[in-house]
Order: sequence, then structure tokens, then C-alpha cells
Amino acid sequence: MSHNANHAVSHGHGHDHDHGHDGHHNMEALRQMGFWLFLITDCILFGTLFATYLVLHNNTAGGPTASELFEMPGVIAETFILLTSSFTSGLAVLCMHKGNKNGLIGWLIVTIILGASFVTLEISEFLTMIDEGAKISTSAFLSSFYTLVGTHGLHVSVGLVWMIALIVQIARRGITPVTTRKVNIISLYWHFLDVVWIFVFTIVYMMGVM
Amino acid sequence: MWEDIKDWASGFFVTGDPLIYGADVAIVLATVSILFVLTYFKKWGWLWREWITTVDHKKIGIMYIIASLLMLFRGGMDALLMRTQLVMPDMEFLKPEHYNEIFTTHGVIMILFMAMPLMFGLFNIAVPLQIGARDVAFPVLNSLSFWLFFMGAMLFNLSFVIGGSPNAGWLAYPPLSEKMFNPGVGQDFYIWGIQISGIGSLMTGINFVVTILKMRAPGMKLMKMPMFTWSVLASSLTIMLAFPILTVTLALLFIDRFLGAHFFTLDGGGNPMMYINLIWMWGHPEVYIVILPAFGIFSDIVSTFAKKKLFGYKSMVFALMSISIVSFVTWAHHFFTMGSGASVNAFFAVSTMIIAIPTGVKVFNWLFTMYKGRISFKTPMLWTMGFIPCFVVGGLTGVMLSVAPADFQFHNSYFLIAHFHQVLIGGVAFGYFAGLYYWWPKMFGFKLDEKLGKWAFWLWNIGFYVCFMPQYVLGLMGMTRRYSTYGWDTGWFGLNLVSTIGGFIMGAGFLVQVWQILYSIKKMDKDTTGDPWDGRTLEWSIQSPAPMYNFATDPVVKDVDDWWEEKQRIAAGGKPAPKPALAPIHMPKNSAMPIIKSTFWFLAGFGFVFDWMWLALPAMAGVAITMLCYSFRYDTDYYVPVEEIRKTEAAAGRAV
Repeated sequence: MSHNANHAVSHGHGHDHDHGHDGHHNMEALRQMGFWLFLITDCILFGTLFATYLVLHNNTAGGPTASELFEMPGVIAETFILLTSSFTSGLAVLCMHKGNKNGLIGWLIVTIILGASFVTLEISEFLTMIDEGAKISTSAFLSSFYTLVGTHGLHVSVGLVWMIALIVQIARRGITPVTTRKVNIISLYWHFLDVVWIFVFTIVYMMGVM
Repeated sequence: MWEDIKDWASGFFVTGDPLIYGADVAIVLATVSILFVLTYFKKWGWLWREWITTVDHKKIGIMYIIASLLMLFRGGMDALLMRTQLVMPDMEFLKPEHYNEIFTTHGVIMILFMAMPLMFGLFNIAVPLQIGARDVAFPVLNSLSFWLFFMGAMLFNLSFVIGGSPNAGWLAYPPLSEKMFNPGVGQDFYIWGIQISGIGSLMTGINFVVTILKMRAPGMKLMKMPMFTWSVLASSLTIMLAFPILTVTLALLFIDRFLGAHFFTLDGGGNPMMYINLIWMWGHPEVYIVILPAFGIFSDIVSTFAKKKLFGYKSMVFALMSISIVSFVTWAHHFFTMGSGASVNAFFAVSTMIIAIPTGVKVFNWLFTMYKGRISFKTPMLWTMGFIPCFVVGGLTGVMLSVAPADFQFHNSYFLIAHFHQVLIGGVAFGYFAGLYYWWPKMFGFKLDEKLGKWAFWLWNIGFYVCFMPQYVLGLMGMTRRYSTYGWDTGWFGLNLVSTIGGFIMGAGFLVQVWQILYSIKKMDKDTTGDPWDGRTLEWSIQSPAPMYNFATDPVVKDVDDWWEEKQRIAAGGKPAPKPALAPIHMPKNSAMPIIKSTFWFLAGFGFVFDWMWLALPAMAGVAITMLCYSFRYDTDYYVPVEEIRKTEAAAGRAV
């Protein structure tokens, strides 16, 4: 089957029929394309959640409103942390392309630390809000708020676990075509979450306090 | 102690209906006998190695098809129960609550657990063979998709005997499906059953887009693909764009029920109309997802059995792709009566009418392909010819429904019921039956009996018209859907009686099909040629059933209908294209991850249904851990040695 992938993809890397043994490279290209398609589906998932939020964000049902709840300093800190982590994950990929395994692992660790701080800040923000009586069951606005922002946070958390697993694999196996593809994919995922966050920041927080 | 257990069990199991006790007994007996047979004949190892952990697209396809035929049986039983209840006024066969459950499960099962898996089964069987590939792009993911579908379907069906079935209609509109009005577990079974299998469907969509775009045989340009492959591409792209909306919608409904949120509730600022919009933003593309591959099947069958090139290849491609795009902007025609206003309704009415244009183009293409062809009336072709008039009528009543002002009259009446059954049975079911008959020899290596096949075809066709034509009239007479009974004074008796008779004729057609399969297994009329229909596309160039690696050497494609052209060249005295030397074939290894992960999903779903966090949370952790462990597996494929390929090909009587 990799055989077939070869001529379909063939980046001047071996040709047509007689090999079959260097198929890995092109298998990895296939998988990367599969991940791009997954990201499209994830885009639609977030799009649906944003649409839901936009429809419901004024339905506060007598509960607290966005401008009463949101505390921008924390949110701005979250934003800068996540944007920085996107940058550091890019540095990790650059190290990988230079064949620098330790640099790759190092920058991934920095990315994880930043991502974890983002998630921690978000959780504490949620806890404060709940403390103030703004629960998911309070109003349609809060239901859609927690679900949208929480889904993004869940994605980030999954990414963190994934990155840790990947670091172990890189430490064991080094920079191979397979680990290279995996790093490329997770950095795609990470940049994607960053872009989603920019929309969250603009549509949920900025428009909320304006 | 005993009393406590009895109390718990009477809430946990569904009790009080003789039909359900009968089903309980049947389920226990069937399970016990399956376990017994597997143990007695020492087949557990075989089952595990050859089927449960397989990543072979052909076997996965067969499993999809078996599961979907079982679901067709269940969904069909639901239908016949309903028709029995409606056979005459004031019937007391089913209680109204029970009737609600049955129309709900009938709809869900037929669309999501019958049509979808049957479609995926045919994708799996045919697409890699048609494009000259050795498997799909992601074989393990493919197996995972199947097992997620299977576990989702089992979870949904479990509600029949445990906890209680959902009863809020096949799309579970709130506020009826919310906790306030539906406190039982039925709706939670609905949410989790569909959610789990829906994740599988989404992954299948991605898998086939990559397979078709990236794994075609050398020379097969996009515009040289078989039409079925084109239709699968259109359908898979639509799946990718539509299914995430379903995932979100069901998740929001679950959050409402589980955490007391207010997305779709009547209080707290919720908006039930938003659910109806969201679910149809998935639901409308969904009906095109299931019909497009049927169009592809008909196209391949028409050209094969008329022995002509498909008329208007390019316009067919254009029609398929434009339908998959326009299908995303017609959703509101399902609720013109909601009160969105004249301009919104006008937009959706026009977009709906526009879809009729590419569909009409297709019908003419099929007709012109048949025109002056040498048609042979084998079963696949019969279903195709039965489909065309049926679908034209179903499509035209669809256009009638799309006229927004008129729809205020038709809305939710039996006119609508007749319309969508006509396109779903006459289009989707007939299409997949045609495909099943067409590819059966390629799947199993033997042919199905033609004579019994003709009986099944005529019973289904006649039964269909007898059942659904009266329903158009009933709709115009004012009978609305989901009535569990009606009075003598309505004047609906005669037509309902006829309709029920038609339903049972279709049931008889199904029984004949089961008999046909059993009879043909016994008769074992082997397909030794690999090309029983004198086919046109690559799947007919290899032996039946296809060997594990599909193609001993990669085919090189020059034309549309390449295998047909090759046969013509040889018949004209040309030499067969030289085949390259055999080389070891790279194949994926079996994997147990899909079944383990899907089982965890099943347990998690069951836990969430009953609010058993002690089960749901560890099971979700199980899902995550299986995924992580799989990420650490690097030894995922192997090579089939040349000697083994040579032996397999020689055993099938093929020179290499």
C-alpha cells in the first residue's frame, strides 16, 4: 500500500515500481495530509461552538453578564502565554530540521510549561467565576461560554499529554521520518489552537467587555 | 436484600411488555448459542485474528455489511410493528408510549445504523479495488471506525431491553428530549449511541478522502476515476464538513441533560430552535451523504450492463460535486413553519429547487447511457431500472415540498413521510442492494441466485408502491406523522390497510433475499473468472474474492474504464499490457487497538447513560491510555514475500 502512496505522492523520491522499501517517507506525507483534513473538521467543530455562543451570548437570564464577569488582565496574560508557546513550538520544529535532538526536546518542554500555565490560569479563572455564582447552569450565555472556552482548553490539555508522549519517543528513537511527522503534526495542532484562541479572545472576551 | 435487587432490576431492565420479554429470550438464546458454537468449534482464535483485529478493508467491509443487514432486520421489524398498529382505526396493538419509541428507533436505525454502515461497507469493498490500491490510507483507523460504529449501534440497541428506548423522534428535538420532559435514560442512549458511531463515520470520511486523492494507481487521473469512486469522494467530503456539527449538537444536548446547562431548554435563556437548525445543518447533508454513493453505484452498473461508456462523464462529476456543496445551504426547508420569515424561507426554497437540476442531469445521463445499449437484465441492473422512475417521483414530490407556502400544508404530514421514504428506499436502499448484488461475487467468490433475486426485486418494488403511494393521499387528507392511532370517522382506513399490506410485501422481499443468500451459499456457484459481469473497472481485473494484497503488481491506468479498454485491445488481437516483475508487498499488521478502544468507549457511554461515574471515568481514561499506547507502537507493517504472492496467484489460476 505504501507502494501506491509512492507514485501518488512521489516527491522525486524513488520511483514507481521496483522498490517498496523506502515507502515510509511517503506514508508520513499521507498521514500529514490526513491530519490537515482532521483540522478542517476541528475548525467546523469550533465554528459550530462559536455560532452557538454568538446566538446565545445575550441570553443571560438575569444572571451575570460578560462585562461583569470577565477580568481582562488574566485573559491577556493567557493570550500572551499561548502565543509565546506557539512561537516556542516553532523553534522546536526549527531545531528538528537542523537535526538538533536536544534543542527539539528542550523547546518542546518549554512549550509544555507554557501550555500548562495557560491551562492553569484558565482553570483558576473558571473557578473564580463559579465562586461568584456564574455556573454552567446559570444561563444560556454561561453554558455556551464554558463549553466553547472549555473545549479549547480541553484541546490544549490533550496536546500537552500528547507532547509529553512524543518527547519520550524522540528521546528513545531520535529524529526519524516517523517522529518528524509526529512533531510536524503536533506543531500544526498547536498553531491551530493558537488561531482558535485569537478568535476566542476577540469574539468572547473583547466583544464581551466592550 | 433480595427486594432491593428486585427493585433495582425492575428499573434497570425494561419490563411489562410481552414483545420485549420475547426479545429478551431471543437475545439470551442467540448470545448463548453464538458463544457455544465459537467454543465448540474452537473458533475464538480465528475470530480474533481473521476478523476482530483485521485491518483488511475487504473484511472490514464485510463486517459492516453483516451488521447493517442485522440492523435492517431490526429497523424493518419496527416498521412492520408500526404498520400493524395503523392497519385499522382504534387498534390496540401498541400503546402510544411504545409507538413513540418504535418510530424513534426505526428512524435512527435505518439512517444511522443501516444505511450508513451499508454504505461504508461498499466504500470499503469497492474503492481500493477500483483505484488499484492495496488498502485504504489508514487501515487501523478504518478498523477503529468500524468498531466505533458497531459499539455505538450496540449501545443504542441495548436501550431496547435495558433502561428504556428513546422516544423523542429520530432527531430528538428539544424541549421534548430535555431532562424536564424526558427524565429517563432513553435519550442518553440515543446521544451516546450516535455520538460514538458518529466519531467513527467522521474518521471514515477523512480516510476515504485521503485514499482517493493520494492512493490511485499510476495513470489514473481524477477524471479517469470510476464514477463510484467519484461519488465516494463527494460523500466523504460532505461527511467531513457535516459530521462535526452533529458531534457538537449532541454534545450540547448532553451537557443540557447532564450538567443542567441551558442551550436548548425553555428556561435560562435557552433556544430549542437553535437545536433544530444545528441538527438539520448536519441532517440535510446527511441524506446526500447516503444518496451520492448510490448514484455512483447506479452509474457504474448502467454502463456495465448497457455495455456502453457512461454518457456525460464530466457532467456527472459536476453534478455529484455541486450536490455535495449545495446540500449545505438547504437545511431550513425542514422547518419552513418555524417562522423564520418570508425572505429566509424563499432563500431555502430556491436552494432546494436548485438541487433538482444536477439530479435531473444524472437521470438523463443514465437514460442516455442505456439508449441503444445492449442491456442485460441481471439483478444489479433491475434494481437500477427500478430506481429511476421511483426516484424521479420521489424527487418531484420533494420539489413540491420545497415550495415554502405549500409546505405549510404538507409539513409533517404523511405526504412528507411518503416523499422521504421514496427517495430513501427507492434511492438509497435500492442503490445499495444493487451494489451488494453487483459486488457480491467480488466479495465472496460466488454468485447469488438470479431467479430468487428477481423475486426479491419484484416483491420490494411492488411492495414499495403499494405501501407508500397511499401515504401521499393520506397526507393530503390530513393524516400527520407519528399518530399512534386514528378514528373511524377520519376516512383513512382503506388507504392505511393498503399501505400496511405493501409494508408486509416488502418484508417478504427481505425474507426472499435472506433465502437467496442462504440458497446461493449452499449452491456455491463459483465465480472463477473474477469478471462475472464483463465489467469495466479495475476491481474486475483480479480474481474473486480479491487476494489479501488486492493487486499482485500495480496496475497502470490509461483510460476511463481501463479494464474494459484493455479487454477490447486484447480482443482486437493486441497483446495484454506487460506486467512488471513481482516485488515484496508492503502491508499493515493487524491491530487490537480498535476493538479495545471502542470497548472502552462503549463502557464510557453506558456509564454516562446511567450517571455511573465509577464506570464512565475509568473507561474514558481507558480510551486515552489505549490511544497513548498505540502512539508508542512503531512496528506496524510487514512485507509479503514474492514466493507467497506467486503461490496465491497460481492457486487462483493466474499467471504472473
